[in-house]
Amino acid sequence: MQSTADAVLVIVLAVNLLVLSSSRLRTIIYTVAAQGVILSLLPGLLHGGLGVRELVVSVGALVLKGVAIPRMLLRALADLPIRREIEPIVGFRASLLLGLIATVGSIYVSTRLPLLEVEGGSGQMFVAASFSTVLTGFLLLTTRMKAITQVLGYLVLENGIYIFGVLLLRATPFLVEVGVLLDLFVAIFVMGIIINHISREFTSISTEHLSALKD
Amino acid sequence: MVFALLSIVPPILLAVVAFFWPADRTRPVWLVVAGAVHLAASALALTTPNPAPDQWLALDPPGRLVLGLISVLFGACSVYAIGYLRARTSRPNRIFCAALLMFLGMMTFITWTQHLGLMWVAVEATTLASAPLLYFNRNARSLEATWKYLMVGSVGIALALLGSLFLGYAAAHAGGAPSLLFDDLVRNAGGFSKPWLHAAFVLLTVGYGTKMGLAPMHTWKPDAYGEAPGLVGSLLAGGMTSCAFLALVRVYRLMAAAGEAAFAGRILVILGLLSMAVAGVFMVRQRDFKRMLAYSSVEHMGILVLGLGLGGLGVFGALLHMLNNGIVKGVMFLSAGNIHRIYGSKLTGEVRGALRVAPWSGALLLAGFIAVTGSPPFGPFVSEFTILNAAFGQGRFAVAAGMLLFLLVIFIGMGTTVLAVVQGVPAPGTRRTEFRDGPLTTLPSVVLLAASLIMGVLMPAPISRLVSEAARYVGGAP
Amino acid sequence: MIDLTLHFLVLLLMPPLLLGVIIKTKAFFGGRVGAPVLQPYFDLLKLLRKQMVLSRTTSWMFLAGPVVTLVATLAASLLLPLGERAAPVRFAGDFVLFAYLLALGRFFTVAAALDTGSAFEGMGAAREITFSCLSEPAVFLGLLALARITGSLELSGLLGPKVVDGWIAAAPTMVMLVVGLFVVALAENCRIPFDDPNTHLELTMIHEVMVLDHSGPALGIIEYGAAVKLFLFGAVVVRLAAPVSTGNPLLDWGAFVLAMVLFAALVGVVESGMARLRLTYVPNLLIGAGALTGLGFVLLLMR
Repeated sequence: MQSTADAVLVIVLAVNLLVLSSSRLRTIIYTVAAQGVILSLLPGLLHGGLGVRELVVSVGALVLKGVAIPRMLLRALADLPIRREIEPIVGFRASLLLGLIATVGSIYVSTRLPLLEVEGGSGQMFVAASFSTVLTGFLLLTTRMKAITQVLGYLVLENGIYIFGVLLLRATPFLVEVGVLLDLFVAIFVMGIIINHISREFTSISTEHLSALKD
Repeated sequence: MVFALLSIVPPILLAVVAFFWPADRTRPVWLVVAGAVHLAASALALTTPNPAPDQWLALDPPGRLVLGLISVLFGACSVYAIGYLRARTSRPNRIFCAALLMFLGMMTFITWTQHLGLMWVAVEATTLASAPLLYFNRNARSLEATWKYLMVGSVGIALALLGSLFLGYAAAHAGGAPSLLFDDLVRNAGGFSKPWLHAAFVLLTVGYGTKMGLAPMHTWKPDAYGEAPGLVGSLLAGGMTSCAFLALVRVYRLMAAAGEAAFAGRILVILGLLSMAVAGVFMVRQRDFKRMLAYSSVEHMGILVLGLGLGGLGVFGALLHMLNNGIVKGVMFLSAGNIHRIYGSKLTGEVRGALRVAPWSGALLLAGFIAVTGSPPFGPFVSEFTILNAAFGQGRFAVAAGMLLFLLVIFIGMGTTVLAVVQGVPAPGTRRTEFRDGPLTTLPSVVLLAASLIMGVLMPAPISRLVSEAARYVGGAP
Repeated sequence: MIDLTLHFLVLLLMPPLLLGVIIKTKAFFGGRVGAPVLQPYFDLLKLLRKQMVLSRTTSWMFLAGPVVTLVATLAASLLLPLGERAAPVRFAGDFVLFAYLLALGRFFTVAAALDTGSAFEGMGAAREITFSCLSEPAVFLGLLALARITGSLELSGLLGPKVVDGWIAAAPTMVMLVVGLFVVALAENCRIPFDDPNTHLELTMIHEVMVLDHSGPALGIIEYGAAVKLFLFGAVVVRLAAPVSTGNPLLDWGAFVLAMVLFAALVGVVESGMARLRLTYVPNLLIGAGALTGLGFVLLLMR
């Protein structure tokens, strides 16, 4: 079953690159939602079959990451006049190349770390995919200027951490996984509210306006 | 278990009550009720001995210290809140009170939980609960501060989650039944996979360090503390940072049990000195006295981490300093908040002569300044002296010299700002609001200051015992 | 012998059919009946009969361009295996020659365009060269990945029987290669989303503008050469996507022809479904295709 999981993770890697090079906000939201849906398949694929724990985590991730959070973000987007991200400091092409370098680097690092036997495989792809998704999220977060894109970068970061968490699903208790998902939901909810306030206050959600406070 | 629930559940329940309570004017009373209940529950919990390990909710010795601290701090702040909110009736306080109580509940949860993952959930929950508090003033600047706080905090916490997962992965290498309870982890610590353990420690330090406000992850602090109401600032600076430090202490205990205390200590010492240096640089010529307090908080976080990293006597000093810092920060933020309200501004150009205009708050600010920069007879002097002692005792003269140098720079920088604010005569034409110093807004700070004085002059034996027990628990000798 | 004959027959006669299929597909999506599938053949014959108009400011390059392009493309086609059959000419490293023959053709097209001295053609030439530079990495990384999978350095080996092994052992990589090379095929043949073959507006032309001044037989040669180039790229993509081999040569050729028609239909679908990309975003897509094939290659190294 792990080879299927590996194939799924490769799709996730490709999706990362797609997120980095896109400039239309709706596209990025849908892509991140798709990534969330794909990730919700992982617990079942890795641990071969759906125990109660895997089922709850899968369904929870699917509902939250695939439906609820994107819906919130799309609603926040509907209130805003903008539709596209402006050219960031790093640039879309440079972001794409950096994302590729991060992916290659993650794959390399995952071959050098001592890995644990998980369900008949080494879980190497999981580690690589997790690192590269975290780095992609980081890149998105730090180089983009629209507040919504920063939130999406945070989502991608959490996706990467989720991938790693699937490896440890047997060890972490239920409550923690559910708690993590819930925390993510509430965090995005709060961020959505704040984006709304930012847009009303500044009539724009470019964080260039959020630089009055400095020393 | 019962004590845990008695501690954690009432604030959350009262948060719901406060949210649905219809009357704005009487809602703050629930804050005091919650504070009183929490104090009672904490007293009960602190006087019973440690329960058996392998439980999800238990008070380890460092947790006891933090529980006591946040209880006392919240009690004082809740009384302050009545006076403060009474003067700010132009703003609805429904979300404010509910978020404040939820914040207390989540902080209490952090002190009680013994599970690595659950502790993470609680820390993230405090971030989310405190974000609405920062936005109380509803202007562009506080919006910016809230956004930065939320983003930087969330990213930092996400890294801490990754670090927790790495730790679990490192633990899985040791074999045996997988568990993320601290006691289980400490027991198996010898067999952890070293590369994963090191990576986990770095990420956890970065993550929880972001919540503490260590440099270089401190960028949200000046904005957040600068724009938040004084009440919120004191709870964040005294309570939240202590809880984040508690998380770090528990992680350090794991590292010590795994034999990696030297590695951990190196990183912590460097971060500590860096924080103090950054605070010193930005404190000089700081024109906004609330931002100055934020940098002071950064400095003290640096001292805490430095003490922890030194090990041995330094751990005792750090834990003691955690208590002292929390109390004194409470004093300073509450008084600074008062002065801000009275003058309607927080810049040194416009605020002068606070001793004449607001004698109580001005005096408290001055006394707080003396305390926070480590002068006797207040508490922080003892703890900082202990940490210095530890540094000298280990022969790390460079570290000690650095610490002394930064303390001096900070004293000078902070002194110029505080003295400019409290001394002199108010400039003619200074705008003044109707806000005045009242008993409700000054007595809590007086009580806290008195506590700090007692801690400095004669350390009560029970507290000293608790601190050394905690230090021994973490892995340092008293 | 049969193989060789069939190779040449299919190679020389099929390309305009691809164009016809694309046009028919687009018409279908547009709710029209559209031109007959064999229309491009008649168009080419018509062009060959027409009179050429030559500008006085052009030189020998103007006529040499189309001719050399066609010859280079046909020479490259000798290196490419169609279906599973080996190509007529093969030697180690012939994929480099293949790429550079196509580049030679492109160079002469561009030179002919610049020869007219018109600003229009110059603009198209600049765009063409830029986009081709960006699509090179994708092609070479893809071929590199194939070389690692099949262990061969000649095109007949790279696209030969071992491709099936690639699908079994490294399916994700193969998918990435197919997608990446399909995008490159669209770019090199000036299809939407890179260029609109039906447009004649200054802002939107790339290939069309370079051949704006050619007429009559020269234009016919150019059109035919472009069709052959599309056919070549399509053959690569088809071979990677559907490595069918039944052992019976006629069945194999039949399957190949059918797959090429499907490829043309797919191009038509893509053309109907998308709009042309803004010119500044075209490099992004090409770099993305390069990143995709590169990622596929790196994944191979992981095993």
